[in-house]
Amino acid sequence: MKVSIYRYNPETDKEPYMKEYDIDTQGKDLMVLDVLNLVKEKDPTLGYRRSCREGVCGSDGMNMNGKNGLACITALSTVAPGVLEGRKPLILRPLPGLPVVRDLVVDMTMFYNQYEKVQPYLQNDTPAPAIERLQSPEEREKIDGLYECILCACCSTSCPSFWWNPEKFLGPAALLQSYRFLADSRDLATDERLSKLDDPFSLFRCRGIMNCVSVCPKGLNPTRAIGHIREMLLERGV
Amino acid sequence: MVTSVTSLGRNGLYDWLIQRVTALILGVYFIFTMGWLMTHSGVDYLTWKAFMGSLCMQIANTLVFFSVSAHAWVGLWTVTTDYITTLQFGSKATFARLTAQLVIALLTLVYLLWGLVMIWGGA
Repeated sequence: MKVSIYRYNPETDKEPYMKEYDIDTQGKDLMVLDVLNLVKEKDPTLGYRRSCREGVCGSDGMNMNGKNGLACITALSTVAPGVLEGRKPLILRPLPGLPVVRDLVVDMTMFYNQYEKVQPYLQNDTPAPAIERLQSPEEREKIDGLYECILCACCSTSCPSFWWNPEKFLGPAALLQSYRFLADSRDLATDERLSKLDDPFSLFRCRGIMNCVSVCPKGLNPTRAIGHIREMLLERGV
Repeated sequence: MVTSVTSLGRNGLYDWLIQRVTALILGVYFIFTMGWLMTHSGVDYLTWKAFMGSLCMQIANTLVFFSVSAHAWVGLWTVTTDYITTLQFGSKATFARLTAQLVIALLTLVYLLWGLVMIWGGA
């Protein structure tokens, strides 16, 4: 099969280019990461991140034939029709919108800066109980679908609002985490958290196009979380 | 918290709410006006003028002009802050964005004043 990969080494290349490889997958429905490993055997200069190879660490987020996802849990048959059969090439690019360090490796600083802004930790100044801060099963249920985020950045880098304003719009990943703590019954900083989201950019730049939902490898729904934060702001402000 | 001095309400929630409320007003106005036209066959100029000249329609039209202006400003302000940034315009982005916003604001204001003159000027 043909594999076309974005290549760029800032130390040697004037500009990025697409490089084609012929890879023999023996007709197997491999994961994209397995194909990358086969390419790496042929061309050791290729750079990409990977670690757990089972969709837990979020290291190998990349753009595969136009859609973001994790290479390690994306089978060739699901990338696009015709890729597995070799009728269409597998096209791999780095996550869009972030500066490229080298080949498929991107600089995640902007993404992490936005994550840091939502203060992704419990804030509770009341005296700590002897064992732990308890939650009822119903309270605990509220953070299901929120805490599972692995920060792979597939969602934020598929969001045009994040492409245009990566320093002002928090992006779906950070907003999902923001709601994870707003919805947590143990967190007492709700008002302070909401006050930081009230401007025209941080949260309200989301136009609800739902690219984030479409690409999330964990099946999470940042758009719904953003909607919940809007409702909280509305209740607080009206 | 990102500050912005040129957005309509200087506040995301305010702008968001204004855009929804004005969209509702425009939607109701459009449906009502279309309904009126469909239930009145052979409408001539005088009938149309009498309909639009009634106090109810004058108030509705005023609401619509304010709604279009506010809705357009929030929407176009968003467009300018999305597409006229340093990513596209480099160091000239602030000047270009402010110029575009001023032009849009002036046109919107002219549109609004002209509309009010048409509705209430008795012409």
